[in-house]
Amino acid sequence: MSDKEFNYYISGDTGKWEVVIGLEVHAQVSSNAKLFSSSATQFGADPNSQVSLIDAAMPGMLPVINKFCVEQAVRTGLGLKAKINLTSVFDRKNYFYADLPQGYQISQYKYPIVGEGEVVLDMPYGTKKIGIERLHLEQDAGKSLHDQDPTKTFIDLNRSGVALMEIVSKPDLRSPEEVAEYIKKLRSIMRYLGTCDGNMEEGSLRADVNVSVRKVGSKDFGTRCEIKNVNSIKFMQQAIQYEAKRQVELLEEGKKIDQETRLFDTKKNETRQMRSKEDAHDYRYFPDPDLPPLKFSQSFVDIIKQKLPELPDDKKERLMNNYKLSSYEAGVLISDKDTSDYFEDIAKTSDVKLAINWVIGDLFAALNKLGKSIKETPISSKNLAKLIDLIKNNTISGRIAKEVFELMLKDNRDPKVIVEEKGLVQESNVGELEKIIEKVLKDNADKVAEYKSGKDKLFGFFVGSVIKESKGKANPALVNDLLKKKLS
Amino acid sequence: MSDLTKLTLVESVKYIKEKKCSATELVNAYVKRIEKSDKLNCFNTKDLENAVNKAKKIDTNKKLDKTLVGAPIAVKDLFCTKGVKTTASSKILSNFTPTYESTVTEKLWNEDAILIGKLNSDEFAMGSSNETSSFGNVLNPYRLNNENLVPGGSSGGCASAVAADLTSATVGTDTGGSIRQPAAFTGIVGLKPTYGRCSRWGIVAFASSLDQAGPMTKDVKDAALILDVISGYDEKDSTSANKPKSSFLNSIKNNVKGLKVGVPKEYRVDDMPKEVDDLWQEGIKILKDNGAIIKDISLPHTKYALPAYYIIAPAEASSNLARYDGVRYGFRAEGKDLTEMYENTRSKGFGAEVKKRIMIGTYVLSSGYYDAYYLKAQKVRNLIKMDFDNAYKDVDVILTPTTPTAAFRFGEKTDDPIAMYLNDIFTVTANLAGLPAISLPIRCNKDGLPLALQLIGKSFDEQTLLNTAYSIEQQVNFKSQVKDWWM
Amino acid sequence: MSINKDTIKKISKLARITVTNDETDRLEKDLNSILKFVEQLKELNTDNVEPISSVSDQDLTMNKDEVKKINAKDDILKNAPEKNSNYYVVPKVIE
Ligand SMILES: [Mg+2]
Ligand SMILES: [Zn+2]
Repeated sequence: MSDKEFNYYISGDTGKWEVVIGLEVHAQVSSNAKLFSSSATQFGADPNSQVSLIDAAMPGMLPVINKFCVEQAVRTGLGLKAKINLTSVFDRKNYFYADLPQGYQISQYKYPIVGEGEVVLDMPYGTKKIGIERLHLEQDAGKSLHDQDPTKTFIDLNRSGVALMEIVSKPDLRSPEEVAEYIKKLRSIMRYLGTCDGNMEEGSLRADVNVSVRKVGSKDFGTRCEIKNVNSIKFMQQAIQYEAKRQVELLEEGKKIDQETRLFDTKKNETRQMRSKEDAHDYRYFPDPDLPPLKFSQSFVDIIKQKLPELPDDKKERLMNNYKLSSYEAGVLISDKDTSDYFEDIAKTSDVKLAINWVIGDLFAALNKLGKSIKETPISSKNLAKLIDLIKNNTISGRIAKEVFELMLKDNRDPKVIVEEKGLVQESNVGELEKIIEKVLKDNADKVAEYKSGKDKLFGFFVGSVIKESKGKANPALVNDLLKKKLS
Repeated sequence: MSDLTKLTLVESVKYIKEKKCSATELVNAYVKRIEKSDKLNCFNTKDLENAVNKAKKIDTNKKLDKTLVGAPIAVKDLFCTKGVKTTASSKILSNFTPTYESTVTEKLWNEDAILIGKLNSDEFAMGSSNETSSFGNVLNPYRLNNENLVPGGSSGGCASAVAADLTSATVGTDTGGSIRQPAAFTGIVGLKPTYGRCSRWGIVAFASSLDQAGPMTKDVKDAALILDVISGYDEKDSTSANKPKSSFLNSIKNNVKGLKVGVPKEYRVDDMPKEVDDLWQEGIKILKDNGAIIKDISLPHTKYALPAYYIIAPAEASSNLARYDGVRYGFRAEGKDLTEMYENTRSKGFGAEVKKRIMIGTYVLSSGYYDAYYLKAQKVRNLIKMDFDNAYKDVDVILTPTTPTAAFRFGEKTDDPIAMYLNDIFTVTANLAGLPAISLPIRCNKDGLPLALQLIGKSFDEQTLLNTAYSIEQQVNFKSQVKDWWM
Repeated sequence: MSINKDTIKKISKLARITVTNDETDRLEKDLNSILKFVEQLKELNTDNVEPISSVSDQDLTMNKDEVKKINAKDDILKNAPEKNSNYYVVPKVIE
């Protein structure tokens, strides 16, 4: 497996540089109501239609926490094999912005709800553990629209107060590929748990990317820059590539890196400085006096733990053990819960080896071509299982199966019905087959002679010709046996 | 009764229930008086017409069984009132009309009390003399040789309105003494309940960990009645306490026999006028004569309470007042970009005292200063709380003066912030420790100005506080000396 | 510690409150006198004291995950100084 080696370095004039990356992922909690109010969280609603008095920070309004969001944070923490803190504290992060109605964000600073954990990545060069520093709950801000009017900014507070989990990694990531794998793995864990839908287009998952560089071999961290609010894996990778190169160039010129906040311009494919230093933020965090500390018992955590679904890593191990899959095969299946569920539906009743090949081979290729996800597959797991059974019990050949599969893609019909309707049942009648074989041998008398004089390779030609003559229906194993006898 | 406005709240409700007068008659008596009392500047907003209409409606009710039926009540302009302007006495909210009703005032109206107006106060409740209001000073109905005096603050409008018979009772808010100090200056009863006893939902916030709503009334029984109505758990306020309660009014008794009363030596401050010390001794004597046991106690960190308060309260305020930014409601001053709009709005919308406190609060929370100021103050707050925890192992209630002096003249302390802040030296400890405390008028000094004593109780033990205050009240029989000079 | 004019400028920026030169003089005096007053706390040794941010021993109340008021648009926008098509409107934000 680890025949490949890690090789993401930036070569400069003074030597090789290593990129050090840490992520602050903002994952929207899948909840009906907001973190501290009872407003809806649906995406795409009319402007300011999901805003309560609390979300608009009207005078005298007070936050009351949504219990479900607390449970989701704990669930996620358990999924990250992290320490759950039975007491945590909500703080106010103070700054002014038009889409931040309170003038502060309620977040967790000194005492987050979840402490250290880890995420394991499968890289081509082996598994790699990425440390989780913490996970905390906080409010999302509203949305500012700058393009509605040349001199005005429009504010929509629908997102204001939506619950976010900020998941902070340790600076353990070393390449854009690792970042992509990390995000995918995190998203997969949260989807398994049902705590975040991971929908990046709708902003349910986005990240601040911290990038620094250092000479290969160096133990010290360089000065980092934070690239704010990147909302796709591709952009994260591009931003890291650009930013790392920028930093290396500066350092090689003997210049210093300023610790600063940058943003990624997706049109120009570059990062640029966001806020000038003199306007540097001083967030004046302090415990929110409207909210006593968040305390719950160990049994609260234990109950959540008991209801935890099987997580990707455990599932992978189980798939490898139960179905004798390779690490690669199991890895592909578990990357998405729907895929592994689909596979297991088939593998429960049908041949495992055929199941894995059809799912990650033909089905994946077909879905890819159609631009569809496994959830939208035109072929149900039930029908694919039937197709596999038809192959396994010699009703159809593998070649016919591919034809049937193409037909199933169009309308997800029962493969048995297709096979019968089109008369595709495999020919296994010895008498019938012998007739075809005789015809083929007769038509190719010269080749028969060549074969008999020692040209063994021609055997394949005879098999192929017989199957072709049978319009694909001949049972290949039987043809093999019969041919061998006839030619001996 | 020739003048219905002289009735206590308990008496007024009794009058209505027994049909000795109609709600309309009662409200009209107040309306008439209010209309002749503009000089005192108690009201930011009057709601007289609606009040009369509501009274008429009540008079058509068959049943007059609600606890506050027909009582005309004006409230501090910090309580959000649905459809009635709520300004916190600040220019920045001068055009704000809430679409919602605070929990505390909702409870009043649910008991058929009638809103007659919103009362002036210090801007955002920041002040001890009502001189920081954007809508002008409130005058104390008591005067010193025909010179106007401050009513105290921040609930100065509330205090003067009760003392001048412009409302049958009121609710104020108390963050560092804002109910008790003005109550003392105007010869009325002011009660700050235990933190969490009354919901803060819908009250314009000053310092969230200290703010508490409470009654300001003509006597102790009225305070008990209002507390009965406005207290209680509110699931909309995460700091509101889920405690059982019975009727404070029905449980009031005039009996202090065996009651252990603590007298803290640290409250005997330097330069305390002799009249205040004498008053204190008088209170001690009354309680002793009635069978209470007096104990000298120590609250060693008392002198650090006010400094801690002047870190914690501004810190919280600086954050609480960040929402006044001209975006969603309130006053806006235009600017060429967002930041300029913010700065113009807040510079012009807030008054000097509010700005000063926002600046202090911003400073003590800012990077590099947090530990030295804010964190330190939080630790001192714990020491102060522990002082009380220790004291209450030996005593049931603590007796102190409410204020170091009687009411003072306008402008007398406006040049020196510390001199002004020292007004709250005896009251602020109860806020820091979250304890209930009541101010009770005892008598007038030689200049005819009211002097008051304060009782501080155990957490959620307002009953003992009310009982003790009631017993003293029965003895001292304080009579209002207000002469209607402004009418 | 004491506050000078630069610090006042810095704080006023953070608090989004501009102060005129006259105000700065007055503020410098008042803020320093308040700071001097609160610095009495330095006399106290608080090394082993837990900080408290509230006196309430209340456990945090928790709401169910239920959407209550779906559309309070009118309540929310009623007091807005400037609005357009149900958006709040502010002068252009300069990044
Ligand atoms: Mg960040
Ligand atoms: Zn965040």
